[in-house]
Amino acid sequence: MVEIKTNKLTKLYKDIIAVDNINLEINQGEFFSLLGVNGAGKTTALKMLTCLAKPTNGDAYVGGYSILKRPKKVKQIIGVSPQETAVAMNLSARENLEFICGIYGFDKEKTSIKVDEITRLLDLDMILNRKAQNLSGGYQRRLSIAMALICEPKILFLDEPTLGLDVIARRDLWEMIRSLKGNITIILTTHYLEEAEMLSDRIGIMKGGKLLTVGTVAELKAIADAEDFENAFITISKDGC
Amino acid sequence: MRTIIFAKRCTKEILRDPVNLCFGIGFPLVLLILLSILQKNIPARLFEINTLTPGITIFGLSFMSLFTATLIAKDRESAFLQRMYTTPVGEFDFILGYMLPIIPIAIGQAAFCYVFAIPLGLNFNINTIFAVISIIPMAIFNIALGLLCGSVLTVKQVGGVCGALLTNVTAWLSGVWFDLNLMGDAFEKIANILPFYHAVEMEKAVILGNFLTALSHMIPIILYSIVITIIAVFCFYIQGKKQ
Repeated sequence: MVEIKTNKLTKLYKDIIAVDNINLEINQGEFFSLLGVNGAGKTTALKMLTCLAKPTNGDAYVGGYSILKRPKKVKQIIGVSPQETAVAMNLSARENLEFICGIYGFDKEKTSIKVDEITRLLDLDMILNRKAQNLSGGYQRRLSIAMALICEPKILFLDEPTLGLDVIARRDLWEMIRSLKGNITIILTTHYLEEAEMLSDRIGIMKGGKLLTVGTVAELKAIADAEDFENAFITISKDGC
Repeated sequence: MRTIIFAKRCTKEILRDPVNLCFGIGFPLVLLILLSILQKNIPARLFEINTLTPGITIFGLSFMSLFTATLIAKDRESAFLQRMYTTPVGEFDFILGYMLPIIPIAIGQAAFCYVFAIPLGLNFNINTIFAVISIIPMAIFNIALGLLCGSVLTVKQVGGVCGALLTNVTAWLSGVWFDLNLMGDAFEKIANILPFYHAVEMEKAVILGNFLTALSHMIPIILYSIVITIIAVFCFYIQGKKQ
């Protein structure tokens, strides 16, 4: 079943084409990554799918709802972890999670259950009562993802979730993200090829606002006639095949 | 409901910041004490406690702009607001959520100033309570100004504009530190056009029980509050579109 479908999705900023006529289908439960060099249009595409930006042309259906006509419905079924940490710094990790539960209208009992559940899932027990500003970068990212997950989204958007983390924190976070696979649809944008290769069911490669190609890691390597994924990505990005 | 939840979060963010507490409550009280000591040693009518307390209270309200603007600018820069825009929280939940919690903080700050002034010689009566409540229109003006600045400026710029410029403008143009007559006609006219002087005069009049005079000063403040709130809401809406 298709969870996200874009139809000629386009975004212009004055005379710059940030996203150019994208047609894409992402299935329910799929882990889909968007890859591309800086300015490829990944974040803009994500902003449109999460109702942060309106398309200049075209439309997208997220969980069956049009981002243009039913943005409120879309917002009720998505969870977003932005590129920046985006947590309330003077609140504890627990308060951040409870705050999001409140925003989604959960009662006290459900909030308590969800906080316990997400704490276990993302291994947050140690830092639950610590102020977000006192957490390490890795834990702040974890908390950010927990805030996106706690609202029981059907679709989770992760915009460069491991940006700026050290190698150990990044690996830890990959393990955590991997544990989410299959339960919900996940859309990831990243600069780290290894991250996309390790986690994704399918990968889309963007350049200059265009979606150059979509496929599994094996399919992309075959398209580029490359032995490893890095060379496949470079070949596709350069040749635009 | 979402407005209240968002407002609670904003209240915690503001009250847990020690810098806010120092500037919002500590600084006006320190000024009150220092100027009272000065008044005892070098008597000046301007620094008599019945005149000084309303001035310091209005000066303290300028920090409400700083609190609001800093919180919004930080939320914008840290992408917290961007995250919130992907949730079911509506535009007016944000605006009210940012503005509402600061009103009780402003009332609390004004109450602190007046209570602190009692041992320094201020006569406490029912008018003192009216004086605390009367700051609400000026508090809304300052909060709206904070909403406006937070919507268009960076955290660093907010520090300069609200932290330095606005507090100084409030101090100079309200007649807290010096008699406006001394500065010449042009300065006095500018001070009369803006709401700061009226806010201090309104508070002085309330303290003395001259409610008609107080009302005449309150009207321009209310008008300024309405206009600035409309502009601030518009700017906040525009920055939301830019997110």
